[in-house]
Amino acid sequence: MARLDVKIGNLELKNPVMTASGTFGYGIEFADFIDLNRLGGFIVKGTTLKHREGNPYPRMAEVPMGMLNAVGLQNKGIDYFAENIYPELKDFDTNVIINVSGSTIEDYVATAEKCNALENIPAIELNISCPNVKEGGMAFGTSTKSAEDVVSAVRKAYDKTLIVKLSPNVSDIASIAKAAEAAGADSVSLINTLLGMAVDAEKRTPLLSTVTGGMSGAAVKPIALRMVWQVFNAVKIPVIGLGGIMNATDAIEFLLCGATGVQLGTANFIDPQITVKVIDGINEYLDRQGCKDVNEIIGALKV
Amino acid sequence: MKKSIQDLRIVSKEYPGNNYVLLKMTTTDGSLLPEMLPGQFAELKVDESPSTFLRRPISINYVDKDNNHVWFLIQMIGDGTKKLGSLNEGDLISVILPLGNTFTTDLTQGSKALLVGGGVGTAPMLYLGAALKAKGVNVSFLLGARNIDALLQLEDFRQYGNVHTTTEDGSHGEKGFITNHSVLNDEKFDYIFTCGPKPMMMAIAKYAADKKIECEVSLENKMACGFGVCLCCVENTKEGHKCVCSDGPVFNLKKLLWQD
Ligand SMILES: Cc1cc2nc3c(=O)[nH]c(=O)nc-3n(C[C@H](O)[C@H](O)[C@H](O)COP(=O)(O)OP(=O)(O)OC[C@H]3O[C@@H](n4cnc5c(N)ncnc54)[C@H](O)[C@@H]3O)c2cc1C
Ligand SMILES: Cc1cc2nc3c(=O)[nH]c(=O)nc-3n(C[C@H](O)[C@H](O)[C@H](O)COP(=O)(O)O)c2cc1C
Ligand code: FES
Repeated sequence: MARLDVKIGNLELKNPVMTASGTFGYGIEFADFIDLNRLGGFIVKGTTLKHREGNPYPRMAEVPMGMLNAVGLQNKGIDYFAENIYPELKDFDTNVIINVSGSTIEDYVATAEKCNALENIPAIELNISCPNVKEGGMAFGTSTKSAEDVVSAVRKAYDKTLIVKLSPNVSDIASIAKAAEAAGADSVSLINTLLGMAVDAEKRTPLLSTVTGGMSGAAVKPIALRMVWQVFNAVKIPVIGLGGIMNATDAIEFLLCGATGVQLGTANFIDPQITVKVIDGINEYLDRQGCKDVNEIIGALKV
Repeated sequence: MKKSIQDLRIVSKEYPGNNYVLLKMTTTDGSLLPEMLPGQFAELKVDESPSTFLRRPISINYVDKDNNHVWFLIQMIGDGTKKLGSLNEGDLISVILPLGNTFTTDLTQGSKALLVGGGVGTAPMLYLGAALKAKGVNVSFLLGARNIDALLQLEDFRQYGNVHTTTEDGSHGEKGFITNHSVLNDEKFDYIFTCGPKPMMMAIAKYAADKKIECEVSLENKMACGFGVCLCCVENTKEGHKCVCSDGPVFNLKKLLWQD
């Protein structure tokens, strides 16, 4: 049994395995399937200042080895979360992290401030990469200037661990990561979904109400790995890797490419117990490789 | 209700009609199946089908408590359901169940319920009919299909109530669509339950609304997770977007925006 604990900023994780926002609800939905306390952490649904209804149906299209979604940040807002959901989550023995989204810098800051006040939320993940909302979202994550602006504004308002979630829909993700680091991020997580599209040829219509949507699932892993590797080589802060992780081997590949933690997203839909299987699988791998500590394999890719 | 994920074993495979399979499944270790209610569904994992990434939602067709079997009636429409239909007795399928809410079954004894199913939408009506009959409800089924080959499980339905049928080609029952069947004019019902293609359900819903009959519809929106975490399956309702997988699949017509 190797040591699995890792650190991300001031955040101590009992193991590197977390869940990806928007794919894990508020965690409680998984309580019938797994012991949530086994997770390194879980990241709840994208949360905004005000209630959002999200995009019209249809919001999902299956694609080879993956899916497109166009949920559009449907959520009841941070106040509802604080009053109704937080009390149910605050006593879990794991890191519960809020994924914060917004369409203006003021929104991000106001939401982050409210998160700061929630004692048992040790970190937020700033989503500057949602491809499914017209205003803001991804727009903040696609230029170094706007990324720096929003991250530094939130940094001033939030004093716990600040993770910034990056968009893959850019030509140079490392430069955005550096901008987030310079603006005070404690960590970056990547990747959010890839902008994609699916078409019904017979009906000559798009399959999503929004025409384009965000692609996730097994098919995106090679792109995510490449980006994690590039970012790992560009910044000093810890990197959290995600995108297409379906099993322990996939997760280990991200760790080798420099991720200190990983998140599982779409895989939870297919196997709601996948998180604990990945934790066990990482442990078995470390034993097999003769490693005493998971930190030995982080960034240990031989190139 | 506590959800479970487990491998179930196929104990019997039947072909109730062209392009349909009926899988009867049980637990691998002899333990009791979890309690399941009419209208609920399961998410079945499809292995070795490269084009099938997500699980497939399939209704609880019937629960045979005496034998500890759950039945799934599957229309082989695309790669995922064809793969499920190619499995054999003894094979295992990873199943998450029970999912979703249920039809209202605590109706007054002696009240009259009409259960309307079109195509594979007849699947949940069998278990619902059985539950209603057990409560002393007077059950009638109105089942529609393209032709006689696609009218499924009629013998099973007859155990629980009167069976009325329509086929588009007239090969069984009245010719035409469900919504033109004479029983809708000849008899009066207290409750209507429906599942099937959306245009059919909307027409039945209109009939129910016009006649002021309570009506519950079961929706089949596209799903990614099936247990309320992805928010992909929403239906726009009077209370905003609701998840068909966890707030539904059964909705009282009054909650939907169909009439507006
Ligand atoms: C709650 C619920 C209960 C269901 N119960 C049953 C059941 O008891 N028996 C049964 O045979 N089927 C049922 N379905 C539908 C079934 O899930 C789909 O037919 C199946 O997912 C198709 O998978 P596939 O890989 O075979 O086809 P795909 O290749 O995914 O699709 C084939 C074709 O079917 C269409 N399709 C796929 N999913 C749906 C859907 N949800 N609604 C309408 N059209 C769809 C696609 O647009 C495409 O044209 C249910 C669906 C839901 C949401
Ligand atoms: C249905 C769905 C909803 C999502 N919602 C959010 C969200 O609210 N905020 C966010 O930062 N990412 C969201 N994502 C992106 C995931 O967190 C993750 O970055 C992406 O799916 C890639 O990982 P995966 O391939 O493991 O799923 C969502 C993804 C899916 C599939
Ligand atoms: S299918 Fe995921 S929430 Fe309904």
